[in-house]
Amino acid sequence: MLSTKGLNKRFGSLVVAQDIALELPAGVRYALIGPNGAGKTTLINLLTGLLAPDAGQIFLAGREISALRPEARVRAGLARTFQINTLFAGLTPLESVAIAVLEREGHAHNWWRALPAFGAAIEEAHGLLAKLRLAPVEHRATRELAYGQQRLLEIALALATRPRVLLLDEPAAGVPQDESAELFAAIAGLSHELTVLFIEHDMNVVFRFAERIIVMVGGRILVEGTPGEVARDARVREVYLGKHARAA
Amino acid sequence: MRPLEAAFWAATVLPFVVTPSYLALASQVAITALFALSLDLILGYAGIVSLGHAAYFGFGAYTAGLLSKHYFGEPLTGLVLAAIAAGVLGYVTSHVIVRFRHLALIMLTLGLGLLLAEAANSASWLTGGADGLQGVKIAPLLGFKFDLYGRTAYAYSLAVLFLLFLVARRIIHSPFGLALRGIRENARRMPAIGAPNLAHLRKVYTIAAAMAGAAGALLTQTTSTVSLEVLSFGRSADVLVILILGGAGRLYGGIVGAIIYMVARDQFASMNPQYWYFWVGLLLVAVVLFLPNGVLGGLSALYKRPE
Repeated sequence: MLSTKGLNKRFGSLVVAQDIALELPAGVRYALIGPNGAGKTTLINLLTGLLAPDAGQIFLAGREISALRPEARVRAGLARTFQINTLFAGLTPLESVAIAVLEREGHAHNWWRALPAFGAAIEEAHGLLAKLRLAPVEHRATRELAYGQQRLLEIALALATRPRVLLLDEPAAGVPQDESAELFAAIAGLSHELTVLFIEHDMNVVFRFAERIIVMVGGRILVEGTPGEVARDARVREVYLGKHARAA
Repeated sequence: MRPLEAAFWAATVLPFVVTPSYLALASQVAITALFALSLDLILGYAGIVSLGHAAYFGFGAYTAGLLSKHYFGEPLTGLVLAAIAAGVLGYVTSHVIVRFRHLALIMLTLGLGLLLAEAANSASWLTGGADGLQGVKIAPLLGFKFDLYGRTAYAYSLAVLFLLFLVARRIIHSPFGLALRGIRENARRMPAIGAPNLAHLRKVYTIAAAMAGAAGALLTQTTSTVSLEVLSFGRSADVLVILILGGAGRLYGGIVGAIIYMVARDQFASMNPQYWYFWVGLLLVAVVLFLPNGVLGGLSALYKRPE
């Protein structure tokens, strides 16, 4: 569904992505792990077009999207969330999600009809928020929402674009551990037509929710495999799990 | 339309009976309110701070003036053509302007405003330069002459303000208006949910420029003169002050700000013609200190408190 060929990016002498070749099939849950500075968020920024690669190509459902602007990639079916809440603080969750739905449906240019005329879009936004259990707060200003609810809204905004591939940058960042399981349960409950790749540091969560794991170190993909394969891999244990185990 | 809004618009007719000797001022207030409303569309709703918005006001004013001088004096066609001309200028300049934010944006709009003002000054064969444009002759509006007391002028300005206010209100409550608020709240998130920010911003900038051009044309047509002042930095700064005074992002902010500012200026100027800017400055400092969201922001906070 999503694949890359020879993706490279460097900032001066710092290599942040080197020969990244990915092949994510449809419907699979991927975890992207690696120590801090391994280039995980950089990879998401390259995939979504926030950063331009020095070399390499990106394909979504067989179509090359390397030259598309970020919003065009979203329309092609590639959505993301942000590690740090990137929400519309002064708007309500319903308004926020409605923006994405209206944009997807091609209504966002319409300036001569009032919003109530777009009942279907607003109903869809409401339904999506209800699914993520945000309906009770959908009319409050986003800045008044509890932090965990804001993390869910991050995901709701991405889902409103009806993506084929969803990239989640530490969806549970800052959420207490007992609540993060709930958050990931919501992610696990997403349609299995959707390809999901999430960055996460909590190994319990990774091994519980990921079907396959990608390990990045120093801008390179070290290993890609099932959780079992990754857990047994000696290199991974050395550079990542070993260090993690010592730190814990 | 809510009762309060209906009452407000009904009250705008009062000057005809209550203060008939101030209709010329009332007309200026309506024109300034329209200009401030156009700035509110880009500043209050889309977050584009401009210090050069007079460029479009002045472009509309000169277009209307030149049309009446060289071609025809019929005001309605002149108004529409002036708005279109300012809109075209807005569309062309928007390609540069919407790419920037914050300080760079302020410098850019300021520079653009100065550029146009100087161009008009040096092209005196066309604009009359510092002497102003001579020979502006406006034909009667639908049979009504522009009289000395400003009756036609105020009725005309008010009607155009009301119509374009309805347009602005519709824009704000449309999907496009919601997308603009999204850009204002978080420009970084918008592309990540599929929104082409720059295209949206170019569009609202064009609409706001056309609206400012209509305000400029109204000034030309109701006063039968055009001077370089319509393009001046002072006019750009005044309209920004007016909008902040009234409350940005509230539709009525520009109108309320224009009423307070213009009436206060008129009163201060008659009390103390040389130093009236001192009082305007004091008013501004007081508003920013005590009513950071403008007069309307303060009023709505007061209104909500008992709940």
